[in-house]
Amino acid sequence: MIYDVAVIGAGIIGALTARELAKYKLSAVLIEKCNDVAMGTTKANSAIVHAGFDAVPGTKKAIFNVLGAELMPKVTSELSVPYRNNGSLVVAFSEEELPELQNLLERGIKNGVKDLKILSKEELLELEPNISPEAVAALHAPTAGIVCPYEFAIAATENAVTNGVEFIRNCEVKDVEVHDDYTTLITNTGDIKAKVVVNAAGVFSDDIARMFGDDTINIVARKGEYYLFDKAVGHVVFHTVFQCPTPMGKGVLVTPTVDGNLLIGPTAVDIEDKNDTSTTYEGLMEVLNKAHKSVPTIINTRDAITQFSGLRAHAKSGDFIIGFSEKAPSLYNLAGIESPGLSAAPAIAVHAAQEVANKLGLTELKEDYNPIRPQPIRFRYLDDEEMAELIKKDPRYGRIICRCETITEGEIVEAIHAPAGARDIDGVKRRTRAGMGRCQGGFCSSKVLEILARELNIPYEEVTKEGGNSRILYGRTK
Amino acid sequence: MINYDIAVIGGGPAGLAAALKAKELGIEKIIILERAETLGGILEQCIHTGFGLHYFKEELSGPEYAGRFIEELKKTDIDVRTNTMVVDISSDKVVTAVGPNEGLLKIQAKAIILAMGCRERPRGAISIPGNRPAGVMTAGTAQKYVNIHGYMPGKKIVILGSGDIGLIMARRMALEGAEVKMVCEILPYSGGLARNIVQCLDDYGIPLKLSTTVVEIHGRERVEGVTIAKVDEKMRPIKGTEEYVECDTLLLSVGLIPENELSKSAGVDINCITGGPDVDEMRETSIRGIFACGNVLQVHDLVDYVTLEAQLAAEGAAEYIKKGEEEKKYAYTVNQNGVRYIVPQKININADRDVDLYFRVCQIYKNAKVVVKIDGETVISRKKPKLAPGEMETVKLKKDMIAKLKEDSLVEISVEESL
Ligand SMILES: Cc1cc2nc3c(=O)[nH]c(=O)nc-3n(C[C@H](O)[C@H](O)[C@H](O)COP(=O)(O)OP(=O)(O)OC[C@H]3O[C@@H](n4cnc5c(N)ncnc54)[C@H](O)[C@@H]3O)c2cc1C
Ligand SMILES: Cc1cc2nc3c(=O)[nH]c(=O)nc-3n(C[C@H](O)[C@H](O)[C@H](O)COP(=O)(O)OP(=O)(O)OC[C@H]3O[C@@H](n4cnc5c(N)ncnc54)[C@H](O)[C@@H]3O)c2cc1C
Repeated sequence: MIYDVAVIGAGIIGALTARELAKYKLSAVLIEKCNDVAMGTTKANSAIVHAGFDAVPGTKKAIFNVLGAELMPKVTSELSVPYRNNGSLVVAFSEEELPELQNLLERGIKNGVKDLKILSKEELLELEPNISPEAVAALHAPTAGIVCPYEFAIAATENAVTNGVEFIRNCEVKDVEVHDDYTTLITNTGDIKAKVVVNAAGVFSDDIARMFGDDTINIVARKGEYYLFDKAVGHVVFHTVFQCPTPMGKGVLVTPTVDGNLLIGPTAVDIEDKNDTSTTYEGLMEVLNKAHKSVPTIINTRDAITQFSGLRAHAKSGDFIIGFSEKAPSLYNLAGIESPGLSAAPAIAVHAAQEVANKLGLTELKEDYNPIRPQPIRFRYLDDEEMAELIKKDPRYGRIICRCETITEGEIVEAIHAPAGARDIDGVKRRTRAGMGRCQGGFCSSKVLEILARELNIPYEEVTKEGGNSRILYGRTK
Repeated sequence: MINYDIAVIGGGPAGLAAALKAKELGIEKIIILERAETLGGILEQCIHTGFGLHYFKEELSGPEYAGRFIEELKKTDIDVRTNTMVVDISSDKVVTAVGPNEGLLKIQAKAIILAMGCRERPRGAISIPGNRPAGVMTAGTAQKYVNIHGYMPGKKIVILGSGDIGLIMARRMALEGAEVKMVCEILPYSGGLARNIVQCLDDYGIPLKLSTTVVEIHGRERVEGVTIAKVDEKMRPIKGTEEYVECDTLLLSVGLIPENELSKSAGVDINCITGGPDVDEMRETSIRGIFACGNVLQVHDLVDYVTLEAQLAAEGAAEYIKKGEEEKKYAYTVNQNGVRYIVPQKININADRDVDLYFRVCQIYKNAKVVVKIDGETVISRKKPKLAPGEMETVKLKKDMIAKLKEDSLVEISVEESL
């Protein structure tokens, strides 16, 4: 069969685009080389819905960021994804930095960001008492927010699948053959044919474009490292706290996450190897030292629960690359989507799906499209009566598997059997939070492994951490 | 809401001993709540011997040690609910628990004994840079895979941290045919028991590398190796001492953290050094009628002390139920030179009994003196050929010394190095 559209890459961009495409009467497939959705940049970033004052007015970054942030409350509520409109602050730590705040304010106004305001030191400390007393002023953006990026991509994929998109995992596009009216994608698991191909391959989007003979895109992987802290210190700040960019470099941010942890980072270092998401001693020290400047009291590594890094897909040309390739008419590029890509994603997806549907001449909408991805059961948020009733109906909701986050067997089973469900331990973790707490799976990973083996009907040795060769066990003991 | 005299949270050795002792003291309605399918706590996966030398004067395996208490328990009418996880404790002693069989359980207790044990510190808490592949796990998780499930978590092993679980697992993995390359310890000494270093490493030719840590983890999907390096006095890696070690598994034994999320939600004061509640000599916490014992209070290396501590807590709880809330006046223990912490943190000056003070030292000492002072006056001075952070120490304050304590008296313990 020949699909109308194939989307390469199930990060937030590919997933939301697939979901938007599902609104039209067309056939679509979403292809991902990893064992799960959101395995690239989408699982490792700052998770901020930027208000939109950073980007230069008139750029795609500026336009889509502001539109995307506006769509965010609606899309996240349709998809039942955690989103919180906590607002952000850019803090100036010296008089010299004040012009930069003014500059950002003016840029924001030009970009159409609402309700921006510069706060005095007193106003700032009233909002955020734990901020360093060295602070002199701050730019307040009340429209900024935070979101759970991987759950966003997972929910979008689930919803796309529910609405008829096919999802194929462990399928890597290795090469393409372009024909007059369709393209063959050559993958490790066989050929896939499609009339239009959407390139949402993140840091690899230049490689995909090159397969089509489009060599106009050049992506540099720019690494950002992070520290994640226990919920015990998740409340030291309410807003997302940025530092002013200075000639000495970009600052780091300190922010709560939607789940109540504290996140600090990132660094910014260009790297050669686009698969290298290792953390480094120097990078982690830099994050700690810089975060210290914003919030001096909290940053005690005793409360750290994990560290990670993500890769920005920085296009050498600077702006997002969105649109049909000039070299290959069947290729639609969504490349160079670095920050504020997550914030912009809902708007990029609407725009891309429209353009693709127009090109195919398939703009008729499905009557039975359902935008709602139902909220999975979250045992920890139920009240006593609801808990009691749920366990009576299904005792698996009474068996708590992850004790740090209070996640039940019922929720894990549900995550495995959801559309485009979990296939590995990290997949269960991203969908349910089992293993995301302070003990980092020390207690529950063996139980999650048992449940995965049982539900997927595979032997223990075949259960992996995140697909590929990442198996946990090596056969029986003596 | 169901009413009980005592609710015991956790059915490991601490919870078992506490419940049995309380029964023996005549308390009627007792319930043990345990989240695992079986009683016994961490002992169920400790199939090595080395338990009970002090308490039973016999060398038992973990399950055997627990088994003795579980047998006793069967002879009583103590209510036991396994598969039941406590999710909340309120300051007025309402316990909320959840289980597939129980559904949602609400218990009003007169007294509560906290016996939730501890958990292992994960990789993130010690910030090892590098990749995040499969094959990095805590020693306790590996122990569960090997001893409970019967599966090998790897074939070529490096262990970081020389805590007791790490040492025990070094031997266990070696016995199962894995190649245990080394145990790295960032400190200049091991935090484990001396006997474990001999029996688990020396006897198997496994090198213990002191003042050494893992500075990077390699491998995308599964661990392929680690880089180790020597550290300076401030525990910073020394450039130029890096060494690549090929392995498929990194086991972490880098510390245990008492499991006090429930205690905190009840409002119990937590000590920032032990990570457990502040308690008096009967192991009563800052909330009257809530007691704590075992690893939830302080990380123990010997289960025998856990049992003794649990019995004390049970005595305290029984007394509380029988006599009600009598006013207590406290003297306080203070850790001085060379002492990291002391349990209990305070002593009821009307205790009218001998009180054992448990403490740990900050570093290794040879031929040192342990000195106890009450309000500045030396009451005990004892020579010790060797003191090590890995071994818990005790001193006994006799009843007559306790009788001399006044409200707010200070009981200080220090280590004096003899020259
Ligand atoms: C450090 C950092 C901080 C950031 N902070 C923010 C922020 O706070 N706010 C914000 O708005 N944005 C932020 N961003 C940007 C945001 O994370 C990205 O814009 C967004 O996640 C990009 O999503 P994506 O779908 O384009 O890429 P990805 O998530 O990388 O998805 C690409 C997918 O394509 C797959 N793929 C690649 N090649 C192939 C192939 N050949 N065949 C099949 N599949 C393939 C990959 O496996 C991957 O799953 C940040 C980025 C970084 C790195
Ligand atoms: C690998 C290893 C080797 C050891 N070797 C020796 C040795 O050779 N000799 C020796 O004497 N000692 C040894 N010890 C030490 C000794 O076994 C421990 O100190 C002792 O088991 C601690 O007992 P506990 O009851 O405090 O904790 P645990 O045994 O941890 O019991 C706590 C119980 O509480 C339950 N629980 C926790 N939270 C909840 C909740 N919210 N609701 C319901 N239930 C809950 C847990 O499931 C658990 O069953 C070893 C320990 C380990 C880990």
